Amino acid sequence: MDSGLLILFTVLLPVVGAFLVLALRFNENVREAATLITGGVTFYHVLGLLHLVREGERPSLTLLEVVPGVDLAFEVEPLGMVFALVASFLWPVTSLYAIGYMRGHHEENQTRFFFFFAIAIAGALGVAFAGNLFTLFVFYEFLTFCTFPLVTHHQTEEAKRSGRIYLGILLTTSVGLQLVAIIWTWVLAGTLDFRTGGILAGTTSTAVLGAILVLYVYGVGKAAVMPFHRWLPAAMVAPTPVSALLHAVAVVKAGVFTVLKVAVYVFGIDLLQTLATTSWLAWAAAATIILGSLVAFSKDNLKARLAYSTISQLSYIVLGAMLANELGIIGGGMHIAMHAFGKITLFFAAGAIMVAAHEKEISRMHGLGRTMPITFGAFFVGSLSIIGLPPAGGAWSKWFLGMGTLEAGQFGLLAVLMLSSLLGLYYLLEVPVKAFFFPPPADDGHRHDDHGHGEEDYGGSTHAADDHAHHGDESAFVIGGLREAPLPSLIAICVTATATVVLFFWPDLWQELMTMVVGGGAP
Amino acid sequence: MSENLPALLIVVPLMLAPVAALVGRAGASWAVATAACWWALYASLALLLRVWDEGVIRYALGGWPAPYGIEYRIDLASAFVALIVAVIGAIAIPYARTSIAREVAEDRAPLFYTAFILSLTGLLGISITGDVFNVFVFLEISSLSAYSMIALGQDRRALTAAYQYLIMGSTGATFIVIGIGLMYVMTGTLNMVDLAERLPQVADNRTIPVAFTFLTVGITLKLALFPLHLWLPNAYTFAPSAVTAFMASTATKVSVYLLLRFFFTIFGFQFSFERMQLDMVLMPLALVAILAMSLVAIYQANVKRLLAFSSVAQIGYMVLGISFGSVLGVTAGILHLFNHALMKGALFMAMGCVMYRIGSVRIEKMAGLGKAMPWTMAAFVLAGLSLIGVPLTVGFVSKWYLVQAALERDQWAVAGVVMVGSLMALVYIWKVVEVAYFGELDPDHEIQEAPLSLLVPTWVLVIASFWFGIDATGTAEVATAAAESLLRGLP
Repeated sequence: MDSGLLILFTVLLPVVGAFLVLALRFNENVREAATLITGGVTFYHVLGLLHLVREGERPSLTLLEVVPGVDLAFEVEPLGMVFALVASFLWPVTSLYAIGYMRGHHEENQTRFFFFFAIAIAGALGVAFAGNLFTLFVFYEFLTFCTFPLVTHHQTEEAKRSGRIYLGILLTTSVGLQLVAIIWTWVLAGTLDFRTGGILAGTTSTAVLGAILVLYVYGVGKAAVMPFHRWLPAAMVAPTPVSALLHAVAVVKAGVFTVLKVAVYVFGIDLLQTLATTSWLAWAAAATIILGSLVAFSKDNLKARLAYSTISQLSYIVLGAMLANELGIIGGGMHIAMHAFGKITLFFAAGAIMVAAHEKEISRMHGLGRTMPITFGAFFVGSLSIIGLPPAGGAWSKWFLGMGTLEAGQFGLLAVLMLSSLLGLYYLLEVPVKAFFFPPPADDGHRHDDHGHGEEDYGGSTHAADDHAHHGDESAFVIGGLREAPLPSLIAICVTATATVVLFFWPDLWQELMTMVVGGGAP
Repeated sequence: MSENLPALLIVVPLMLAPVAALVGRAGASWAVATAACWWALYASLALLLRVWDEGVIRYALGGWPAPYGIEYRIDLASAFVALIVAVIGAIAIPYARTSIAREVAEDRAPLFYTAFILSLTGLLGISITGDVFNVFVFLEISSLSAYSMIALGQDRRALTAAYQYLIMGSTGATFIVIGIGLMYVMTGTLNMVDLAERLPQVADNRTIPVAFTFLTVGITLKLALFPLHLWLPNAYTFAPSAVTAFMASTATKVSVYLLLRFFFTIFGFQFSFERMQLDMVLMPLALVAILAMSLVAIYQANVKRLLAFSSVAQIGYMVLGISFGSVLGVTAGILHLFNHALMKGALFMAMGCVMYRIGSVRIEKMAGLGKAMPWTMAAFVLAGLSLIGVPLTVGFVSKWYLVQAALERDQWAVAGVVMVGSLMALVYIWKVVEVAYFGELDPDHEIQEAPLSLLVPTWVLVIASFWFGIDATGTAEVATAAAESLLRGLP
């Protein structure tokens, strides 16, 4: 197939999948099969594009001219490839997880859920493959709107409130700041294409360019640089698979990806180094790193803690971009992948605990590791990656980021990275440690008991048990003395946890792609 | 026939208007009105194509040349505006049949359709005439028929709304005719081209600035620029739904065209902007309109009223674009004229669907409608996205040009206001969306989806507002060319 058409095909595949989901809604097993198969095929096509990119090609496709001079166009380059690989690989994995979760949790409107989920992936791929700033902005906004029904899935008063915060912050920043920056770029540079070395150099005074950079970094609300981070904790009201894939991977990474892309291809590293605001923004990101970690500390709700951890980790990538050197960019880009695998594992585990043990608060998870060893084991591995310890992939991206701070001569920022890792060590590892080593509370015996008590909470589960005799219960996978999450979810957890470790031993692909982004040969 | 197309564009509907009244039955007069609208669509499209190919068309009515007779003068801007009017008319008329049957008593329907055709004729006439007094005549034709259409609204408050509009509209028309009279006194001509030639010679006389001022006030009243918008919210709220959709998309747009025509073609850029400093008046008013009226819209409980205030804010965008006096700015103004016609038409039509089914457009009555009327509410959401200015919608294209025009002049604050306006649009649109999708449906009432005859026209406009947002090269090209020719003045 023509490589340009291959891009279009890849971006449209999830849309096709979405409508398949809609068409096959009469049978939930067939419906889920459609999602999984589309996910697999999409990933396969992304791999096809990866092959071309590694050979030095830049497949591109111009769809149409929207306003004179501005096209809707795609171009695949290494940085977009990193994001596309992560999103398209984790989509089928998350779908597998979602099957167990949504059924185990007795969620309603599952067809709508899987429909918008697939649409959101198309949006993420569109962001990844965007050939110019305008196209990027189109898919960026598209992603905001098509994730709204997912965030407000439960249609409760709380969901409505969170939905308001979600849309409010994301649109205020993107329309109020980012769009102004884009139009300004267009007025100054006369083009919105992504070019190595940037398009803005020499167009106007550095003071104005510095202001535009600020508009970009804060205008990309999805990167969640404080004070525009509130939407992310608000989005946690969504079902956990949404939090896992969209609010740890696709949506938030679309944000930091945009920041990296703007840094490298719109400003260019050389120009960034000359702007005064670059280092201010680096410190703003550093502040977000520390504050996010501190807030994460104070959260007892596991998903809320993970959300603030994500806010903190996203700013690592923004920081990498604002270091304005090659090591920082490489580290930032690698962190997109490394953090994705680590954090999605953590969210999967959090959701598994909710489904199998009906617990959301960390303080009520004491001793739970004895019945859910796989889930908490995976949580431990994921935590290592987020903290940046071997043998997990996160070690590498933090390594490059640390080297980047040294290259930039910013010892203060290096200290920030260290401090944040230490904080992470505590607030993340607290969870598995308490689950494995603390005794279960005495009065809490009902929790992982028989169905008699489960019936009080979830009336439907015993009826479901008759249909799924070999599982015993739809909301848990019971074997021996263990009571883990439903099997599809458990498999997904194992896949991402394993991937996290594998990435430690084979980080080469990501490093290779990111080295191509900064234009070097072998690092 | 094609030679006389400019005259036929006006004469055919004008002749059909009394026919619609005389046939006396709702269905038959609707058919007559449909014929008039579709004829207007064909003729105005043919005219636009001809202007695009051959340049300005000058047509002497009745064969009497310009100083003695009335001249129709059609350039790109006029043909574009006439086409907008005709397109909206052609889409609104199939919609009107079902909607009017519900909202207007049957024995009055023929009169309604007569007024509808007359209003259409007047608006088309304003856009293609080259004679300033003829402008006034057509303005009165369209306004008088508009007053009577509004008065047909089922709510009794429609009568006071129509009366209010009548008083204010007539005041505006009087100001315009005084302005025209003063110009005539000084130059001895009513022809636009001759006026443009002779005005500079007498511009030092104080009468001309006075005429200019009268015209400014009169036209801005007609186009409902803040703070002369007071007639608009009530008129839009209480008029029959089809009338609101038609008027919101056409009447104010034609007035904006008049603004362009008088200030750029007749007085000329130099006089209007450099001598009279029109931008010093228009820009602040436009900015206040955007902010204040969007804010007022947020607090409305009646969605038609909410959209009406939003219209006043959107008119602010058009006037803002024009007030830059640059090619980009005027392009933005003209583009938004077209774009806003599409999206606001769609929004008002969606509300007409709601009105048809539940007999009210108050927000609290719309709880759960997302489930009961999925197509109607989806149309509302999509057209609303366009109003907010989401990329790939027409609203985005307008904003794209408007912000460029502001940044080109380094007016950051103005660009900021445009964006803040978009976000306020998000608030008032989302208010409705939340109620419709998160609210609980009243289980006692069985609410059905609106009939196809209402949904299809609504969706035609919704799709158009995406179509011209995804490929805006055509409209942008026409608008840019129109803006350039306006700014250049007469050849």
